[in-house]
Amino acid sequence: MVRMIKRADITKFKSISIRIIAILGALIVAGLFIKLLGHNPLEVYKSMVLGAFGTQHRIRQTLIIAIPLVITSVGIMIAFKMNFWNIGAEGQILMGAFLASFVALNFPALPKPLLLTLMFIAGIIGGGLWALIPAMLKVKFDTNETITTLMMNYIAIKWITYLQYGPWKDPKAMGFPKIADFSQQGQLPKLFGIHIGWIIAIILVVIVYMFLHHSKKGFEITVVGQSTDTARYAGMDVKKVMLSALFISGGICGITGMIQASGVARSLSVEVSAGYGFTAIITAWLSGLRSIVIVPVSILFAMLLQGGSYIQTAFQIPKAAAEILQGLILFFILGSEFFIRYKLIWNKKSSKEAK
Amino acid sequence: MDSSFFVAAVYAGTPLLFATLGEITTEKAGNLNLGVEGMMLMGAVAGFGAGLATSNPLIALLAAMLSGAVGALVYALLTVTLRANQVVTGLALTTFGAGIASFAGKSYTGKIMTEEFREFFRAKSIPLLSKIPFIGDVFFNQGIFVYLGYFMAIVLGIYLYNTRKGLNLRAIGENPSCADASGININLYKYVHILIGGALCGLGGAYLSLVYVPTWQENITAGRGWIAIALVIFCKWNPYLALFGAYLFGGLDIIGFRIQSLDINIPQEIIGMLPYIVTIVVLVIGTARESKENAPPKGLGNAYFREER
Repeated sequence: MVRMIKRADITKFKSISIRIIAILGALIVAGLFIKLLGHNPLEVYKSMVLGAFGTQHRIRQTLIIAIPLVITSVGIMIAFKMNFWNIGAEGQILMGAFLASFVALNFPALPKPLLLTLMFIAGIIGGGLWALIPAMLKVKFDTNETITTLMMNYIAIKWITYLQYGPWKDPKAMGFPKIADFSQQGQLPKLFGIHIGWIIAIILVVIVYMFLHHSKKGFEITVVGQSTDTARYAGMDVKKVMLSALFISGGICGITGMIQASGVARSLSVEVSAGYGFTAIITAWLSGLRSIVIVPVSILFAMLLQGGSYIQTAFQIPKAAAEILQGLILFFILGSEFFIRYKLIWNKKSSKEAK
Repeated sequence: MDSSFFVAAVYAGTPLLFATLGEITTEKAGNLNLGVEGMMLMGAVAGFGAGLATSNPLIALLAAMLSGAVGALVYALLTVTLRANQVVTGLALTTFGAGIASFAGKSYTGKIMTEEFREFFRAKSIPLLSKIPFIGDVFFNQGIFVYLGYFMAIVLGIYLYNTRKGLNLRAIGENPSCADASGININLYKYVHILIGGALCGLGGAYLSLVYVPTWQENITAGRGWIAIALVIFCKWNPYLALFGAYLFGGLDIIGFRIQSLDINIPQEIIGMLPYIVTIVVLVIGTARESKENAPPKGLGNAYFREER
């Protein structure tokens, strides 16, 4: 007979090793799958790692993927802290990119620092306002935010597509439906071969960490997330906290949009978000909603993505394999949480006695 | 009045109907499964693959149901037995299902089913009923899959509201500890209904790949799984109302093409936003009407743990 007992506490070492075992479990299951496809799983994993970190160029590519993941995860985390399941990052990224592009395309001749600053602010506003709509619906009507934020994604995608094929179509592209490239002033500068988004990412992680742990507003978010009743009892304006937190959450996702448009695409298209909004949900959650942990987890997932596209060319394994692997890792980690929270006790004696 | 728009609305609403019925079954057991999109995609690809391999429509449907149920099994294992967070598990299932479908579907692009296979799903009028003016055209001159949708909605309605087991199920969704005290096997009920829910979602996906599109496309569901989750709330967890809701949204899905053919100058992308905007509006209205009858199952989203009562 198996009994489950809630653990009173668990050492950090134990909880980390349970998670590592879970990731290994996911890799083993995925490995069996790769074996079935007729490949050597170890070879595939090895070339995934090499594909992501093998050369300096590949390391740069991996970090360029990690940047939007870090920033978006940090943004999503703030909403998740309040149990607000913001899965609309994809749309918030796009709308941030939209407003930033609006600035970049309309004032292309401004001095570079000024233009980039304005674009940055526009990105925050675009993403923030887009997140504020579902937040207001939640606060006013208690509407399920999971679905509203998701629907907002689709609306944003349609909106950008509309601009791309309609009013913002570049007349110089000879009929090709694309939006004009930003001027030189509207493009993020590079440092060590990577656009300076990585510096913004690091600064944001630190700011959000300080904000959540050492500021009154951040504390309020944590309390609202744990119990709205407690928050109300303590005299907090729960609705206001929720609205402002969601503006920040969406605003940070909007920064991702600005960086991707300005630093990577140098223009606006639906490809700017490229699924980062969804992957970041996983990375935010896997890091246990801790801003510092988000960095290594995001780099790990960037490795999965970059390595995933590498094995596509090396082994003809479709890119979707990386998506399956992400899902598997998440399943195993979700399952492992149980063993962190509960202890199983096999009690043979008592079951015999019971008979 | 021209009935062709309504015929097409029912035709387009059927995948939503299956997914909505599936999610109602799951949520009545107290579990919120956000993996509908993933399970639909798994069903779509499995149904298509089995159809290509065997040219047997029934085997294709069975494969779709099975693959949706497998997705649901992973979800059930994690949320019921291991008490994982239902929201995150559902999202993971969507990622996983989308990956599986995109992976397995790679080789299906451009392939089509045999003529006999497609004939099986073509419209067949029901004698007598199809003679009713307008209604006959819209509802009883459809394919077998659409009829299966009516059948499933009615069966689920009778099951939920007129049988002992249905009552037990609703009790679990509302108050699991009471249901447990009255001797109902909670975990068994949860597992069975989550699996049935997954199988229904799988069918919804298979309808898309086998009947509606009917070739293989990347991301063939295009967000229908999420719309279905919203429809559950819109339909107040009632299978009969799900018929109405699904066909209404089926109409919204195709209205873009209709407007275009009327030569009205609205960009396609703007019309394409309609289903999503209406989903949000419907959700707001759905949750704003507060009454006991419309409320979600009380235990929805919470893991049940006997020892923690």
